[in-house]
Amino acid sequence: MPTTLRNEAAIAGIGQTKYSKNSGVSELSLATEAVRAAILDAGLQPSDVDGLVTFTMDSSDEVEVARNVGIGEMTMFSQINYGGGAAVGLVHQAVMAVATGSAKNVVVYRALNGRSGQRMGQGVSGQIITSDLIHWSWYMPFGLLTPASWIALQAQLYMHQYGATSEHLAHVAITQRAHAQNNPNAAMCGRPMTMDDYMASRLICEPLRLFDCCQEDDGGCALLITSPERAKDGPHPPAIIRGVTQASFTGQEQMTSFYRPDLASLPEMELAAKIVYEQAGLGPDDIDATCFYDAFTPEVLMQLEAFGFCGRGEAKDFVTEDSLSVNGRLPNNTHGGLLSEAYIHGVNNIAEGARLIRGSSPNQPAKVDHVLVTSGVGVPTGALILGKP
Amino acid sequence: MNEEQKKAFEAELRAYVGKAIGPPVVARDPVNLPMIRQWCDAMGETHPAYSDEGAGETLHGQVVAPPTMLQAWIMEGWAMHEGYDEPRDEQHRLHKLLTEAGYTGVLGTNTEEHYDRYLKLGDVVTAVTTIDEISEEKATGAGIGYFVTTRTVFEDQEGESLGWMSFRVLKFKPPAGQQAAASGDEAAISTAPTRMKPPAGHDNAWWWQKIADEDVLPIQRCADCQKLRHPPRPMCDACGSQRFDSVAASGRGTVHTFTVIHYPQVPGYDYPLVSIIVDLEEGERMVSTLVDCKPEDCRIGLPVAVVIHEDEDGFKIPFFRPAG
Ligand SMILES: [Zn+2]
Repeated sequence: MPTTLRNEAAIAGIGQTKYSKNSGVSELSLATEAVRAAILDAGLQPSDVDGLVTFTMDSSDEVEVARNVGIGEMTMFSQINYGGGAAVGLVHQAVMAVATGSAKNVVVYRALNGRSGQRMGQGVSGQIITSDLIHWSWYMPFGLLTPASWIALQAQLYMHQYGATSEHLAHVAITQRAHAQNNPNAAMCGRPMTMDDYMASRLICEPLRLFDCCQEDDGGCALLITSPERAKDGPHPPAIIRGVTQASFTGQEQMTSFYRPDLASLPEMELAAKIVYEQAGLGPDDIDATCFYDAFTPEVLMQLEAFGFCGRGEAKDFVTEDSLSVNGRLPNNTHGGLLSEAYIHGVNNIAEGARLIRGSSPNQPAKVDHVLVTSGVGVPTGALILGKP
Repeated sequence: MNEEQKKAFEAELRAYVGKAIGPPVVARDPVNLPMIRQWCDAMGETHPAYSDEGAGETLHGQVVAPPTMLQAWIMEGWAMHEGYDEPRDEQHRLHKLLTEAGYTGVLGTNTEEHYDRYLKLGDVVTAVTTIDEISEEKATGAGIGYFVTTRTVFEDQEGESLGWMSFRVLKFKPPAGQQAAASGDEAAISTAPTRMKPPAGHDNAWWWQKIADEDVLPIQRCADCQKLRHPPRPMCDACGSQRFDSVAASGRGTVHTFTVIHYPQVPGYDYPLVSIIVDLEEGERMVSTLVDCKPEDCRIGLPVAVVIHEDEDGFKIPFFRPAG
């Protein structure tokens, strides 16, 4: 029995649908398409798959996906809570299952009609009173109804405390938009952005402008996770999982951890950093590229600090015109990210992490030995380090 | 209600379970063609078994009544609307008991019917209704309340069973500020969209109620170790106690951080909306709205004071304005 998750599993298959503003098909249809594509990409057949993991938010249950795709016997299936915070958690479940022998080949997936169906941030209501419903009720009556409004409160304080400005946020958005120009599946492909475009975009929740916020999209994305040995036989170089963890911190709430001492930091991300670096036996200097969860630009600045790429409050100096681009110190979200590829709840960012290791990113940097990927910011979250075989 | 009063109240409720609400109700008219015809007209029902023109050809060989009419034969008409102020039967008494304890809202939730045979012309229906079940107190989307289920058993003139019906209603406490709407006082129901209201759950309803009743800003306090906590929740993370009371905050504090919300603009709120996190003098933090202040004048560190705001529909909510 392994005592650490280091090198116990690998991402061997990537599957995704077209990302769009109106898929015209059901979420289950998107899920089955992405899952099947991930299985075939790994050189396997549906009957080889014995585990499925998705988000609690996902509307396509594991057995529904299995019936459609032709997956038969399953020995492991699971769902992870907390919106975009779940993305890396899915991989964590799969790696634990593969490492312990609970399953051999696990597909993790997320598919949503995020634009044409149920949209995010339209308030929360429900018939049955749950602790979650009461949690949101401390914010909804006061008009804090959207993810942008919750993150804006934290961003305002962070920027005030450390002197970060809109220009610093703009560098994150503009770099990722530039990356999307080489990614035909990116929603923002063909729509480059300048600093003037960014500054002219309207205020959503101060200090956040429209271009600080990710989009809403329809689409599905899936990953096949198996043992490094089995992955060797596949058609693509596997992305070996060097470290993976979930992380929640004292005083954690879902998006509204407003009652902790320091609102200008991300303690759950600092916890995730400590654990994945330890597992992988690596540090920030060993990381060649990142896929930071990027629903909002200030989240990228705060994660640069949480993962030790710079000191507390120094991200504004780290983020320059090209530091996060293909030839910069830390290429970030080379597919465009949630901001400019699509909002597939962060699973598409993990897929890009695996592509960077394969060498098949639309913006492939010269040297990529290790990639760091994170999931949702402001929620119980997780982090993942991928490496070459 | 304290714990003992609650116990006594629930014992009084439970005494109703199993009681017939009154003597058997005998149909005012035997099963007859005009009433069947009227029912079918109203429902758009055209099956020949229910009409004297086609019934002979059906397997019944004669006119029968639609099964779903079962309850209609024993309905007492307009008299049903009376009795809730001056109870005439045990069901009225039970509802009055709940209403007087604050469970003023009523909501039909579900009904189930079972039929033993078709009714023929001339059958005389008799019904006995009993109070079948009263649930534990439940927290629902409408408010905290009790589900009350009645069961009505139908028999014919020979005492043979015709079927039964169960009917469940929720008697609930409408959340603070929504009493008027729930009691059906139409004059008080505003048609303008209003802010999203908090659901009234066990862990939070008391906080909103205290604001509504006393015009104060309450902070939850552990009744054992006295630690303050906000937002309210059931257990003290310092000592594990679930006993709590509250203190009235001074209402003074400073803005810890804020955002000015421009988009999306949701009906029921004023925009641009200045949302703030306040450091209360007592040491707790809370989320609120800044009023009486231009958005551009809001800043981190701004001293603020609480003001209990009342919406047009009577809902009260603690806001803050610049102090001094
Ligand atoms: Zn205590």
